[in-house]
Amino acid sequence: MNYNNWQISLKDSDRYDLNNIENYIKTSGFEALKKALSMNPDAIVESIKKSGLRGRGGAGFPTGMKQSFTKRSCDNCNQIYVVCNADEGEPGTFKDRYIMEKNPYIVIEGMTIAAYAVGATKGFIYIRGEYEKSIQSMQHAIMVCYQHNLLGQNILQGSFSFDLEIYIGAGSYLCGEELTLIESLEGKRGYPRIKPPFPAEKGLWNKPTLINNVETFSHIPFIITNGSEVYASIGTSESKGTKLFCVSGNVKQPGVYELPLGITLRELIYEVCGGMEANYEFKGALIGGAAGTFVDVTFLDVPLAYETLKEKGATLGSGAVMVLDNTTNLKGLLSNILEFFKHESCGKCVPCRIGTTILYEHSKNISNVDINWMLQQAEYMAKNSLCPLGQSPILPIKSFSKYFNN
Amino acid sequence: MQNNKNDENNFEILNQFRPERTEILKALHSLQNANPQHYISSDAMKAVAKYFNITLGQVYGIVTYYSMFSTKPRGKYIIRLCKSPVCYMKGSFNLKNYLEEHLQLTASTENISADGLFTIETTECLGHCEQAPAMMVNNTIYSNLTREKIDEILHALKTNNYEL
Repeated sequence: MNYNNWQISLKDSDRYDLNNIENYIKTSGFEALKKALSMNPDAIVESIKKSGLRGRGGAGFPTGMKQSFTKRSCDNCNQIYVVCNADEGEPGTFKDRYIMEKNPYIVIEGMTIAAYAVGATKGFIYIRGEYEKSIQSMQHAIMVCYQHNLLGQNILQGSFSFDLEIYIGAGSYLCGEELTLIESLEGKRGYPRIKPPFPAEKGLWNKPTLINNVETFSHIPFIITNGSEVYASIGTSESKGTKLFCVSGNVKQPGVYELPLGITLRELIYEVCGGMEANYEFKGALIGGAAGTFVDVTFLDVPLAYETLKEKGATLGSGAVMVLDNTTNLKGLLSNILEFFKHESCGKCVPCRIGTTILYEHSKNISNVDINWMLQQAEYMAKNSLCPLGQSPILPIKSFSKYFNN
Repeated sequence: MQNNKNDENNFEILNQFRPERTEILKALHSLQNANPQHYISSDAMKAVAKYFNITLGQVYGIVTYYSMFSTKPRGKYIIRLCKSPVCYMKGSFNLKNYLEEHLQLTASTENISADGLFTIETTECLGHCEQAPAMMVNNTIYSNLTREKIDEILHALKTNNYEL
């Protein structure tokens, strides 16, 4: 397989200069927006549905469905919002930063098309406060788009208007959860809301809100330009399109790689990343971030796709692939992850607040870890917490006990 | 008198923002960046409450929720060392000990170096895992860190005292 021919999110990103939008336009940038503005908005939603695109933030929810739910909730409502989730905080994940720094225009183009499709006139990009470079490059790109009539009133002399602004986070993993992000956008503490209602129904200021990840928006221009069939021909039966994989650990060339879903871990590590560093032996990986799952060597030939990983009790999540080797202190790593959850728990739900603390405290005593006891606690938390944070520690703990508890 | 002067400065910054709640985080970032000790003082919080027409308690709740904000004075350079799984595997905790010893930071120094230049904090994933271990000094990322590289960075900051 040729691993270089799969560029959707990072299309031509190495070929143009951010200060010069003409170069992006020359490489067929904003053609998709032009085409979309001549289409019926419902036809765009249909096309996204048919493409099989699923949310790239971690949950993998079908994007077209989200769009149609948002549209359906707005029965004579006066405002719909589009929000881009760029609060990339999942440990081991750095793909959205890559897109925003290298290809910011594609995010704006994708968001504008999505806004047109659902009938939104106002959008926000919520970027985490630590991503200074991403903030600068997105801010610059937005300014240039306003200058070129690609944002603002009567885009491209048509009847559609769309305003877009950046919102800067201030250090909270939890704000990457969609309803918590919306609370934060409203200028509050980042506490999760009870769902339902989902953002599609009652989001920002209780208005229907379409909220997608950076990478998800970046796929929309390709689908509009090339059609849903072409997009759906990439990937596996239930995981369509490409995905940015964030590979870290002791491999020869760690980094972000855009590849079709369904590539195996073996291909990713040994062909794309050039294999393990000298004197390091592959032991497994932590896939999907802290709220992800450990896998061992038996996963080397499992396709990295939503359905194939799910079948084996694992998750693709955000696309983080943290490679573990013979030098990795696995119990220390598990404890590190649990410390992370303890730090990021907002404290609203008691099972999560106390649960994350006792799990971390217990895991610190590495020589005396009772994994079954930890599993019980994590299960209780998963059943009794409001948001994904309290529901997550079970994932790494369970998979750790399955593959590495000896 | 000093208080009035501070108040004036705070409102001068706040006036750049629409008095809507959705502007609060941006305003708090600006106030914190404008403070030479990189923190949000109680005067600044009072000004925010007044400007956005919310209670001081609500402002305090917001400031203390987000980890980038501080209610206590900090050094001129805030070193945020990443402690997420990948940086952990690459030995970031050794670097933290090294930094603390090197700058002689303890709880009794309120985590500010004697020259007032440095404060060390740990942070969750900075998203530079392909170049782990990583840290951020104010707004600049440094990655592929080693002790030698940290020495160089600290030396440059101390001697040139350049703005980041």
